[in-house]
Amino acid sequence: MVHWKRVGDNMDNHYCIYICGVGGQGIIKTSTIIGEAAMNQGLDVVMSEIHGMSQRGGSVSTELKIGGFNSSIIPNHGADMLLSFEPVETIRGLDKVNEETKIVYNTHPIIPSSTDKPYPNVDGITKILKENFKHVLPIDGTQLAIDAGSVLSLNMVLLGAVTADEKFPLTKESVIEAMKNNLKPKFHEMNLKAIESGYKSIKG
Amino acid sequence: MNLKELVTGVSGEKQFLLGNEAAVRGVIEAGVSIAATYPGTPSSEIGNVLSVLAKDANIYFEFSTNEKVAMEVAATAAASGLRSFTFMKHVGMNVAADSFMTTAYSGVTGGMVILSADDPSLFSSQNEQDTRNYARIANVPILEPSNCQEVKDMVRYAFDLSEQFGLPVIVRTTTRVSHMRGVVEFGDIRDNSSNNDNHWKRGHFNKDPSKYVPVPAFAGDMHIRLWDKIRKIEELSDKTELNREINLSDNKKYAIIASSSAFNYAYDVCKFNNLDINILKLGFSYPFPRKKVCEFLEGVDEVFIVEEVDPIIERDTLAAIGAEKLNVTVHGKLDGTFPLYHEFNSDVVGDGLNKTFNFKQDSETAYSSSLNKLEVDLPSRAPVLCAGCPHRAMYYGINLAIEELGLKPEDVIFASDIGCYTLGINPPYNAADYLLSMGSSVGDGCGFSVSTDQKVASFIGDSTFFHSGVSPLINAVHNKHNFVLTVLDNRITAMTGGQPNPGIPIDGMGDEAPEVSIRKLAMACGCDYVRVINPFNLDQVVKTYKEAFERNDTAVIISKAPCTLIKGLTKKPPVQLVEKNCNNCDKCVSELACPAISKVNGKITIDKAQCDGCNVCIQVCKYGALEAGR
Repeated sequence: MVHWKRVGDNMDNHYCIYICGVGGQGIIKTSTIIGEAAMNQGLDVVMSEIHGMSQRGGSVSTELKIGGFNSSIIPNHGADMLLSFEPVETIRGLDKVNEETKIVYNTHPIIPSSTDKPYPNVDGITKILKENFKHVLPIDGTQLAIDAGSVLSLNMVLLGAVTADEKFPLTKESVIEAMKNNLKPKFHEMNLKAIESGYKSIKG
Repeated sequence: MNLKELVTGVSGEKQFLLGNEAAVRGVIEAGVSIAATYPGTPSSEIGNVLSVLAKDANIYFEFSTNEKVAMEVAATAAASGLRSFTFMKHVGMNVAADSFMTTAYSGVTGGMVILSADDPSLFSSQNEQDTRNYARIANVPILEPSNCQEVKDMVRYAFDLSEQFGLPVIVRTTTRVSHMRGVVEFGDIRDNSSNNDNHWKRGHFNKDPSKYVPVPAFAGDMHIRLWDKIRKIEELSDKTELNREINLSDNKKYAIIASSSAFNYAYDVCKFNNLDINILKLGFSYPFPRKKVCEFLEGVDEVFIVEEVDPIIERDTLAAIGAEKLNVTVHGKLDGTFPLYHEFNSDVVGDGLNKTFNFKQDSETAYSSSLNKLEVDLPSRAPVLCAGCPHRAMYYGINLAIEELGLKPEDVIFASDIGCYTLGINPPYNAADYLLSMGSSVGDGCGFSVSTDQKVASFIGDSTFFHSGVSPLINAVHNKHNFVLTVLDNRITAMTGGQPNPGIPIDGMGDEAPEVSIRKLAMACGCDYVRVINPFNLDQVVKTYKEAFERNDTAVIISKAPCTLIKGLTKKPPVQLVEKNCNNCDKCVSELACPAISKVNGKITIDKAQCDGCNVCIQVCKYGALEAGR
C-alpha cells in the first residue's frame, strides 16, 4: 500500500479531478460540464486542457480544480479523484494520486496502434492497483454506455461515477443541468440514463 | 455554452470560458473592426471562434496566408483609425517580425493588439521562445495575463493603451493560459457598428509619409518618437493596478516577483503551504516597472523571480537593483533556483522555494514491484496519422519507390515541414530528417541539393506551402536546385483544427472565395515537372516518385486528397479481411502502421469504426487477404 501524504499542504475544502484517456473519448466535454456546474453552484473553478498534437489518437488529459486555486495544474499526488477513460491511461495518471485518491476507471481498453509493447492484461492492472491503493473502482463504462444507448455516452457514465463520490462538492442535479446546457437535447435522455448508471456503479 | 453568447452576453454575465474564448470576448468588448491570423496552437481557437462570430460582432476576419500578412492587415487597419487585432503562436512572431518591428516605429491611430501564445514545454511547437523578448526588441508594451478573466480584461485594456500612446501592444499568453478554462465576468461592449454596406466599419487613412514611410530621412525621427512614448508608458507601468502586490505576510524578509501562469503556481504554493512571503504580480511587464519593483524590494533580503520561460524579469530586476544599489539577493533561473527551460507547475516552483524554506518533506512512494514493472512496460500512445490519412499513403509510396530504385534510406534526405505530416518522423515511415520552420522544407531542399550528393525529398502541406513555400520554390527553380517537392494537399489546415486556406473556395468568414491552384503556382514558378496524383493509388504514387527522382531539376508532386477529419465527407465502407488468404506476414501492420489495423491474439483485425476505406492496405497485401468493403 502506498503512503503518500502531502506534508504541509493545506488542501482541505478543495477538490481536484485529473481526467485522462484517449483523444476522441469526450474528455474535454466532460470536464467542461463539471466546471460549468461548479460555476453555477458559485464555486471557484479552474481547468486545464491540452489541444493540438495530442488529439491525433494520443493520450489526452484535463485537470479540474474546485476551490480557491489560481493554478489549473494539479500538483503531483494532489488529486482527490483520478477519472480514467481507459485502463492503461490510468497508470499514466498515477503521478497525481495519493493514498486517499479515488481511482475510477473504465476497464475497456483501446489498443494503441504503436505496437512497441504488448497491451497489459486489464484484470492484472486492477489487481496491481488494488495492491497499491485504497480506493480502486473499476467500472465497465463502455458496456454501461452501450446499454444506455450508445458507446458515445461513455463520458456521461464516467461523469455519473464522479458525482457518486461523497467528497465531490457538486450535486448530481447541477451536473445534469450543465450537461443539458452543453449537449444536444435529442441525446439528453440517453445521457441521463448513462449518468444514472455510472452513479449506481459506484454507489451500488 | 453557445459561442454566440460571446457576442450577446451582457455586462455582469458569467461564463466558463477557455482562455482563447475569453480573448475573443475581450476583442468584442473593445469594439475591434479588423482581425487577422494564421492558425497556430495554442492560439488557434481564437480564430476558430472569430470565424463563426465575425459577422455578428461587426468584425472583418481573415485567415491570412501567414502571420506577416496578418500583421500587415492589422497594422494598416490601425493606421486607418480602426481597432485591429492579430494573433498567432509564438513562432508566428518570427514570420511577422519584419513588419512588426516597423509598426512600432510608425505607430498606430486606432488601437492595435497582437496576441502571441507561447508554448513552454513544447506541447505542439518546435521551440520554447519567449515572446517577451519581442516586446524589448521592438520596444512595445507587453501585458501578461495569468487567467481567463485577465485574458479578457487585458485584451480589452490593451486597445485603450494602444490608442493612448499610438503604439501596438502585445498580449502574451502561454499554453496554460490559452488552454485554461475559468469563470469570466463580462464587461460592456464598445460600439463598433458598421458605417457602410459591409458588416464592419471602414476607417480612413490620412496620408503622412513622415509618420508611415520609414525611409532613412524619416525613420531616425520615428525611433526618437518611439523612445519618447516608451518613457511615458514606463511611468504608467509603475502605477498600473496590473502590477500589484499580494500581501501574504507581515514579514518583509522574502519576496516573490512573478508573471503569467508562473504567478499562479507561486501563489498556490505560498498559500497552501502558509509560506511567509509577499508577491508582486507583474501583468504589465514592459516597459519594466522599475520604480514599482524597487519600492516593493525595499527592506527585502531575498527575492524569488518566478517566470516562464526566459529569465527576463529576473535580468530587469537585477538591473534595477544594480542601478538603485539595493542590497537584495535575487533567486531565479540564473542562480539555478528554477529551471531555465520548460513550463513550471506548483511542484517545480515548490522545489525551488523549498531550497530556502524547507517546507516540503520527503515522501514515501513505495509502489509494489509489480506496479513499478507495469509502469515500465506500459505501451506508449503517441499521436499518429489517422486511419485513411493521405499522408500515410504518400510516405509508404515514396519508401517503396526508393527501394525499387535501388536506393538505401541514407541516400535520401527527407526535408519535412510543420503540419500533421511531421508525424511521418515515426517508424515505419522515417520520413522526417530535417526541419526548421514553416516552409523550410523547400529552402532546405535547395541547400541539401547543392551541399550533398544525396537525393532530397521535401514534404510540405497545402497551407504551409501558401504560408511560406512559394518564394523558396522560385529560388529552387532559378538556382537550378535538384530535389523532389511533395505538396501534401489535404484541402485544409489540418493540424490546427481544420481552418480554410487559399487552396479551398471558402474564406475565414465562411463565404465563397477564389481557389488558388497549387499546380498553376508551381508551373508559374517555372517547374517543368508538376504532377497532381491520387495518393490512394499506390502504383501511381510509386511510378511518379521514380520518375521525379530520375530528374535533375525541381520536381513537384501534388498529392490531392481531403483530410479524413473534414466534416461532411462521405465515408467509404471499411476494408474486409479475407481470413483464409491471410498468411500472417504482418506487412499491413508493420509497414503501413494504420491505426485501424492491429494484431489481436495473433490475428489481423480491422477496426471497422476507424477504417476510412482508403483501401491502401489492399494494395499493400500480396495475398489478397484484404478487400474493399461493400
